[in-house]
Amino acid sequence: MTEPTDTGKDIGNDIGATSRRRFLRRSGVLVGGAVIAGGFAASETVVASESGDNLPPNVPEWMKTPGDPMGSQPYGTPSPFEKGVVKNIEKDLPQYLSASGRTPLQDLDGIITPNGLFYERHHAGVPAIDPAQHRLMLHGLVDRPLIFTMDDLRRFPSESHIYFLECSGNPAYKKPYGKTASDLVGLVSCAEWTGVSLKLVLQEAGLQAGAKWVVAEGADAAALTRSVPIEKCLDDAMLVYSQNGERLRPQQGYPLRLLLPGFEGNMSVKWLRRLRVATEPTYSREETSKYTDLMPDGTAREFTFYMEAKSIITRPSGGQRLSAPGFHEISGIAWSGHGKVSRVEVSVDDGKNWQEAQLQEPVLTRALTRFRLPWHWDGQPAVIQSRAIDETGYVQPTLAELLAVRGENYYYHNNAIWPWRIAADGEVTNAYA
Amino acid sequence: MLMRKTCITAFVLFALACATQAHAQTPYGIGRAAMPAEIAGWNIDVDRHGDNLPPGSGGVSHGREVFDQQCAACHGARGEGGIGEQLVGGQGTLATPKPVQTVGSYWPYAPTLFDYIRRAMPQNAPESLSNDDVYAVSAYILSLNGLLSADAILDARTLSEVKMPNRKMFVDDPRPDVKNPACMAHC
Repeated sequence: MTEPTDTGKDIGNDIGATSRRRFLRRSGVLVGGAVIAGGFAASETVVASESGDNLPPNVPEWMKTPGDPMGSQPYGTPSPFEKGVVKNIEKDLPQYLSASGRTPLQDLDGIITPNGLFYERHHAGVPAIDPAQHRLMLHGLVDRPLIFTMDDLRRFPSESHIYFLECSGNPAYKKPYGKTASDLVGLVSCAEWTGVSLKLVLQEAGLQAGAKWVVAEGADAAALTRSVPIEKCLDDAMLVYSQNGERLRPQQGYPLRLLLPGFEGNMSVKWLRRLRVATEPTYSREETSKYTDLMPDGTAREFTFYMEAKSIITRPSGGQRLSAPGFHEISGIAWSGHGKVSRVEVSVDDGKNWQEAQLQEPVLTRALTRFRLPWHWDGQPAVIQSRAIDETGYVQPTLAELLAVRGENYYYHNNAIWPWRIAADGEVTNAYA
Repeated sequence: MLMRKTCITAFVLFALACATQAHAQTPYGIGRAAMPAEIAGWNIDVDRHGDNLPPGSGGVSHGREVFDQQCAACHGARGEGGIGEQLVGGQGTLATPKPVQTVGSYWPYAPTLFDYIRRAMPQNAPESLSNDDVYAVSAYILSLNGLLSADAILDARTLSEVKMPNRKMFVDDPRPDVKNPACMAHC
């Protein structure tokens, strides 16, 4: 590890032997922490046999030689010690072209999802689009049908907002239920989005009488199509080209996507290439055969746009382990498609009593809201859970309350409270699994 | 004479004002006009009434050939499903514990079938089928579901006239539909 070239190699796909040794030692440090991620526990025994070369009173090895030179990572990536923090992608799916990858919520802090960990859902793979050859066509019930280049769209007045985005099916109502927070509700993420208000672009073309819906189409191999009510288009809808300060990632719709705050994720059409203003929805496959909600009586709800209030404790959560009784902060995320989260309540006694958690300021409309509650674990088995209340007064329901109304065949819009069981040895598991 | 001159001047001023106003209707002057041919090339939306269905036609028997070549590998020889979704059957199951949602049992509008196949199928080569082939394979899938006879031929008019059995089972979003009483203590 004395030559810069070795250091450069370490940055690649694999961690070198020296770094692996460091990794194990670093795990030893984590043992002293409050929460241990499940995957790290196995290295405990190895760590115990390691000498404390890098621990007090010794000077750690990374202080005895210069670190990586400037420019060794032109685009920065996380520490190799964090290489386990990646998108949660289901194994052994029949195919991966129409599939989803989840955000590792239990490994993240705050409210912003890093771009590389933002959840993904696509219906026919991720297209590789040259922005110079990408066009947005705006036509239908407008005075002036228009075509925009990406440069054109960036000339409009821009705006930035922090909004969550959530897949409508997050999670399903039927067993088997997931083990981790990511398994359960990892199809939600939050970012600062930059683009132009859709209202401005529609006004540029001039809406005609009868303009009630805007049909949006993606430039992917699914040419995914969804219809959006004009009220939403003239409210907070955006045409977005940047996410968390940089251009959209291909998985998020590069170079252009629609963004409909609070609406189910698939409607924020990625790789946006066409907007057709119409009197009626187009009744595409994605708004009839999919993304409709089947009730026990065989009727199906259509155009179910809003994501209702929801929360989950991410720490401690499934797959983690409390190291010892004593102080532990309970922390999680809450959100509502209908506006701001006004309260989050937490129970640490299996739902018998509830107390109000602290909300991280500022609380933003249709953004993830971080909540925290100081907690002293007495070492006894416990069940912990959170529920969100939004500014409309709506209270996040229990799974039983949802199932009683909607039944198990209702696939989308599951916003149930999700409890975690903590065993006497500190292991945290899904209380419903 | 003076009167006429004044009138002409007024007219010119009015015309200029109109032109300026027309320009002012585009607040930013960004983008260029989309030409009808460009729109026609990109706008493949077919709505539930079948509006914008293209010319052409195709029948069940040719549809079977197209299906065997282009669809069966994923959707099964007779639409029973595989890597791809089940397309056939399931009528009468939607209100049971194990609903089977297919084109025949669930889809509310037949023209949507044409729209989706044309834009997205086959998954490895979307927008590669001719319009005649899309009509034909739509006819075959509908016939497998018992919604068309074996000798049926579909075009823009006949496809729009197909009545799907689940048409009237879709309802508006009634949410919020679930209430948590939000008990705080001794629950």
